[in-house]
Amino acid sequence: MKRRDFVGLTGLAAGALFLPSLPGFGHTPVDPARLLEPGADVIVKKRLADAALNAAKSAGASYADVRIGRYLNQYVFTREKQVQNIVSTESYGVGIRVLVNGCWGFASTSVVTEASLAATARVAVDIAKADRIVQREPVQLAPQQGYGEVSWKTPIQQSAFEVPVKQKVELLLAANAAALDNGANYINSALFQVNEQKYFASTDGSYIDQDVHRLWPTFSATAVDTKTGKFRSRSALSSPVGLGFEYLTPSAAEQIAGPAGTNTVGYKLRYDLLADAALAGKQAKAKLSMKSVTPGKYDLVLDPGHLGLTIHESVGHPTELDRVLGYEANFAGTSFATLEWKAKNLPYGSQEVNIVADKLQPGSVGAVGYDDEGVKTREWDLIKEGKLVNYQKIRDQAHIVGQKESDGCCYAQSWEDVQFQRMPNVSLRPGKAKLSVDEMVSKVDKGIYIAGAGSFSIDQQRYNFQFGGQLFFAIEKGKITEPLEDVAYQSNTQEFWGACAGSCDQSDYRLYGTFFDGKGQPAQVSSVSHGSATTRFNGVNVINTARKV
Amino acid sequence: MLTQTEAQDILKKVLSFSTSDDCEATLNGSTSGNVRSARNTISTAGVTDNVSLTVQARFGKRSGLATCNEFDEASLRRCVQRAEEIARLAPESPEYVPLLGPQQYLASPASFAQRTADITPDYRAQQIGASIALCAARKLSSAGFFNDSADFLAKRNSKGLEAYQRFTNLDFSITVRTPDGAGSGYALANYTDLATFDAARLTRVAADKAAASVNAKAIEPGKYTVILEPAAAVELLTNMMQAMDARNADEGRSFLSKKGGGSKKGERIFDERVTIYSDPTHPEVPDLTFAADGRPQRKVTWIEKGIVQNLYSSRFWAQKAGIPDLPPPGGWIMSGGTQSTAELIKSTAKGILVTRLWYIRAVDPQTLLYTGLTRDGTFYIENGQVKFPVKNFRFNESPIIMLNNLEALGKPVRLDGNLVPPLKIRDFTFTSLSDAV
Repeated sequence: MKRRDFVGLTGLAAGALFLPSLPGFGHTPVDPARLLEPGADVIVKKRLADAALNAAKSAGASYADVRIGRYLNQYVFTREKQVQNIVSTESYGVGIRVLVNGCWGFASTSVVTEASLAATARVAVDIAKADRIVQREPVQLAPQQGYGEVSWKTPIQQSAFEVPVKQKVELLLAANAAALDNGANYINSALFQVNEQKYFASTDGSYIDQDVHRLWPTFSATAVDTKTGKFRSRSALSSPVGLGFEYLTPSAAEQIAGPAGTNTVGYKLRYDLLADAALAGKQAKAKLSMKSVTPGKYDLVLDPGHLGLTIHESVGHPTELDRVLGYEANFAGTSFATLEWKAKNLPYGSQEVNIVADKLQPGSVGAVGYDDEGVKTREWDLIKEGKLVNYQKIRDQAHIVGQKESDGCCYAQSWEDVQFQRMPNVSLRPGKAKLSVDEMVSKVDKGIYIAGAGSFSIDQQRYNFQFGGQLFFAIEKGKITEPLEDVAYQSNTQEFWGACAGSCDQSDYRLYGTFFDGKGQPAQVSSVSHGSATTRFNGVNVINTARKV
Repeated sequence: MLTQTEAQDILKKVLSFSTSDDCEATLNGSTSGNVRSARNTISTAGVTDNVSLTVQARFGKRSGLATCNEFDEASLRRCVQRAEEIARLAPESPEYVPLLGPQQYLASPASFAQRTADITPDYRAQQIGASIALCAARKLSSAGFFNDSADFLAKRNSKGLEAYQRFTNLDFSITVRTPDGAGSGYALANYTDLATFDAARLTRVAADKAAASVNAKAIEPGKYTVILEPAAAVELLTNMMQAMDARNADEGRSFLSKKGGGSKKGERIFDERVTIYSDPTHPEVPDLTFAADGRPQRKVTWIEKGIVQNLYSSRFWAQKAGIPDLPPPGGWIMSGGTQSTAELIKSTAKGILVTRLWYIRAVDPQTLLYTGLTRDGTFYIENGQVKFPVKNFRFNESPIIMLNNLEALGKPVRLDGNLVPPLKIRDFTFTSLSDAV
């Protein structure tokens, strides 16, 4: 039998985000107060790590790394007028990776003592040795300088873990009330708070202590018309962020109005939960009687809170080098953007398309100082003026593309899991010329403006995709005319980016993000942000998703 | 792996430290190992081991949760105290339900197989090695995943509830591709007991499909009769089963909500050959006989002859709505026929054989409309024979529509802890073509 979630989620737009009770498995809840206790001292961690590294080397490893991780989460779940659950989880343990005769071995344990870590290191070595009989491509690890003892911390103003639970509960319940007062019949809201205390040590001589913080307030408001049996939802236009509780202090300077006539608001590095919930209540109710879209070709104007997901699927994933090389063929898939395809110098998109990878952007959920194999993080170009110029790489892949060093893209979701190539922030650079969203809309003859991320699906080589959204508005002769429903667009990655007609300027730039980028076997999740300004795509195929059952 | 006695001894000790009105303690442990391959070589391999304790303390309608990973007496005491501190601070829950008392659980001894718990790194390497060797000999490229685990779950509370079960699981999946990337095939399997597991046999199925799927022809998207192999049907059906929550239906926000209010329980909404039930003691798909909250899992018929018979719910909602108190099931079992996929093909004049569906996402929860794509072996059928491979399609389809357009059901096979028949369905909606192989 399988481990599985116990709660059905289809009725909620945000899916697994609203798990109202703790399943019997997985992360373990703890007292919130415990989350504020300091973790093990770095001196203790260094001693533990050295015990594992020495045992690995003695057993025959040519390289080893140790990750001592304390992963703290607190989730507050509410619905309508009540708290559903307050879950504080802690997961503490150690993952040890070794390289023996060109084979990787990995073992992890929750028993954190020097003896246990040494024994676990030997288990990892035994696994690597067992696999040697079928190894056909010995691992080549790009050299990496040791950094000695260093540290990094997410620059936050206020740790969400230090805010009293009562205050967080009151904020969510106030948001619920705002949605219910404005037309929603139901609302689920949640606040996710993440703190990863990660200590990395390797035989290269690095001892890296990192304290990573992330936050995500979100909700889904639903309106029901019992008479017709129809229901519609509108999810929060917030984003997961690499910020502290300060994200929840509204700031006019961090808000961007959508095109005139849409009454939509986008958020930069500060979010107004109450205002968004009130608007969501109104919009969920309005969706019950909106016009159903006429299928056909439209020019799409996509807000950053929507476009981020399209960037994620159609650029982020196809440029992961492990997919390109076939390492993900059995699950996540491969990529059309193979080394051979890149060599042909074919266009990925129009000249307007400039896409950059980074693990540095302040406020992004991807921002960290070092990756999980001891590489300092950086920024690099993936697509320049429509041409693919680079991929996302880790240490054992760099040599395959003739590169001498990793891009710092190696991560694991916890101490229990082995690290592998994960997507950095992948962002579309904003337009260089001054351009507001109203100016962009004024030049569209027949189009649709889409705000917020919705349904998403793409094939295993990242050609054919289909995306929905949260809010849709018809554009006719340069003006927003009316809201629409049942909208999804279907396209092909190269065709879509080839139809990119330019972006608004830097003042419109915002981050979209997710905590749940899934990849690998066993599957792991990873946090990633995608920045962009509002962008126009010409002549995209729009379908109508309404069905009669 | 803690035995029942060892686990219950720890839990008894935990409860003895409690000073709250009520207390419930849960222990869960997992030991798992895996090996992953790609490009006909091993890419990663590992093992992991973890046990954790959760304590829930209750004062009246207030409750608190705490955990620890250490099992000495002082750590256990601290854990109970922490849970009690949170419970004193928490707001009263308007949806409070008392802890369950003693329960009678069915036995499901087949859920644990010692042979699976005893798997070694050498065994994993041999199995994945046989799979790789087969592909290398045929000049094909494989990517596979082998994962096994031995787990236990134990519960005990101050009202007298006591539960323990151990279970094993083995998953294997394999994708085989031609070196030029023009063909791809797939196979997967899932077991409690490794007795019948053979990685090479499954790899052969995937390799044959990879070789046969080269030079796929593009045919127009539209409505086609399809044969969904179990691997293609399982996720759509699982999604539908996970949407059978009574509260969502009663609140008007489910495919099972009725116009004017209430749910569609008792209504026929599918073809009368559709029957889906769950049974934790089924010998082919043994499952946990208790739910995460301690409710017993028994045989439950969810859909019978096309009629919605039962919806699952929380304990609170079952009491409020006066409906049977049924937890969501673990796996599900769909009744089928006796024909194999090959026999379903023989009786098909024109149609499309689908090996696997991929990236399935909800488009509209109202109609349960999903989108996704075919993958790893899509073939055109004519006059009872597979004629040629076709390019992959995107579909936009609802299981509700699908299970009303049922032509035939084949013999169910175990997948992902469920029993899933191959399904022959008319007018399945493909909306565009994909270049992906």
